[in-house]
Amino acid sequence: MNPHLRWRKFVSNFMLTMTGLCAVVAVSVLFFILGYLVYYGGTSINWNFFTKLPAPVGETGGGMANAIVGSAKLLALATIFGVPFGFLGAIYLAEFSGSKVAFVVRYAADLLNGAPSIVIGIFAFSIAVHPFKQFSTLAGGFALGIMMIPITLRSTEEFLLAVPRTLREGAMALGASKWKTIATVIVPAAYRGILTAILLAFARVAGETAPLLFTALGNRYWSRGWTEPTASLPVMIYNYGLSPYEDWHRQAWAAGLVLLALILVINIVARAILSRGISVPR
Amino acid sequence: MSTSSTTLPSSGPLVGSRSFLSRLREGDEIVRLITFLFAASVVLITLLLVFELWQGSVLARHKFGFAFFATRVWDPNAGEFGALPFIFGTLVTSIVALLIAVPLGIGAAIFLAELAPARVSDTLEFFIDLLAAVPSVIYGLLGFLFVVPLMRDYIQPRLKDTLGFLPFFKGPAYGIGFLTAGIVLAIMVIPYIISVSREVLLSVPRDQREAALALGSTRWESTWKVVVPFARAGIMGSIFLALARALGETMAVTMVIGNTPAISASLFSPGYSIAAVIANEFSEATGDLYPQALIELGLVLFLLTFILNGLARILILATSQRGSGMGNA
Repeated sequence: MNPHLRWRKFVSNFMLTMTGLCAVVAVSVLFFILGYLVYYGGTSINWNFFTKLPAPVGETGGGMANAIVGSAKLLALATIFGVPFGFLGAIYLAEFSGSKVAFVVRYAADLLNGAPSIVIGIFAFSIAVHPFKQFSTLAGGFALGIMMIPITLRSTEEFLLAVPRTLREGAMALGASKWKTIATVIVPAAYRGILTAILLAFARVAGETAPLLFTALGNRYWSRGWTEPTASLPVMIYNYGLSPYEDWHRQAWAAGLVLLALILVINIVARAILSRGISVPR
Repeated sequence: MSTSSTTLPSSGPLVGSRSFLSRLREGDEIVRLITFLFAASVVLITLLLVFELWQGSVLARHKFGFAFFATRVWDPNAGEFGALPFIFGTLVTSIVALLIAVPLGIGAAIFLAELAPARVSDTLEFFIDLLAAVPSVIYGLLGFLFVVPLMRDYIQPRLKDTLGFLPFFKGPAYGIGFLTAGIVLAIMVIPYIISVSREVLLSVPRDQREAALALGSTRWESTWKVVVPFARAGIMGSIFLALARALGETMAVTMVIGNTPAISASLFSPGYSIAAVIANEFSEATGDLYPQALIELGLVLFLLTFILNGLARILILATSQRGSGMGNA
């Protein structure tokens, strides 16, 4: 083998090894994050964490019960608000609209999807906080719901379009009206995909912090009803993480672990549903 | 979210044969109208977002004009608002992030697309997707409580000893600052670069590789001199996408950048970014001009990410169509 060829083979093997290293480094970040959160947060997850209010400044102990309930309320609102727009909008795009209207709607959705979350926060503030002079759970849910719309819309549409044309034609040939075809044939055929789309959108906004900073704000106590400021897990992580107290850091790790576990589990379940690993009763 | 959706030629109006009245009776027109209203409101919400940003910053835009972007002083108490330190901080942290993330991300994408067996590649891609789902506040928490002390105690002193003659690595090692923010951002955007670049590389037709190998090139040469250039536009697209994410990223940057409106050549220096200043000050901004100046910053951020996302989409689409247009074997 001449030296030049040997050199070229060496370069080839070396560079390919390097790309493998890059991949290993990138993936190991995930396990590092998980391990770090489990190590520092795992010991702080106890009964108090889920059932107690935050302790007053200077005292140790306490929990994040109000933030957990707050996050649940915010996410429920976001789903109620965001999913109908995404789902029904996608039905219009996939089943009714002409290509020009569809282009405009898709473009708008992509624009909304690409907007930085802090900008969504400003928008939600000027729509849902400023006119009422009141930070509230409603405003926070609105902000998160806005973020769910484009994700749900775009992926639901793709799953609807992937339903074979023969199914539509079969239903039509049997005399079903268009909307009956959609409700009884097309949507059931695409339901795994649609469920996945909604779950992924949910997981995506579950960890969002920036849009909540000036909509739901935060609260060290229980938030009654829907019109008071409320605590949420992401904002608690932010505030506790930046605090100078060791005990609060521990709780921030615990909250981070709970949040990340929730998001990763939803992601895994969503993908399992799509790949038919899990059977979902209809 | 921006994958090309292959629309069936006419999956839409199959109902042309029936009269309007019969369609109305059967409910088709009602369902059509309801779903249309929901689709249209997605457009309305987006327009309203742009309108609110534009209208909400009208005072600030008229008062400062383009001088807003060239003024270094940010002193809300004195009524002075200059965006330069924030624009500087946003750009510097994003550039640092790309300098780290691009080589790593593209390297990993090459491994996943060219070298790894399909099963390994899919498994790793699954983990990469999960990594992309980690919320930014958790990156911020790790950044603030793990990366910052690491930078302060180990990395920044080492950098000063070895590369301290450069203007980038001068000054006291606080741990927080541009460099730390850039590193945390890099870790956050790597998954986006890997996912999109992998897709783009996989769409390169196989005969391109076979031709290069048949001409006697090594595996690396066929990858680097044939496959990667073929996918160049799409890889650029993935980088723009990552840049758009980095520019708009709020929580992680806010927690590690130091939140000081300063312009400095040294990457060790604390700084500020557009998203961070909005996050920190918006809920407490009083008076007329102060919130308006912050909303104008939001408008700038929105326009920047809008342009970058648009460019990215065009580039990625162009590459994947080029691949399929050549008869992917």
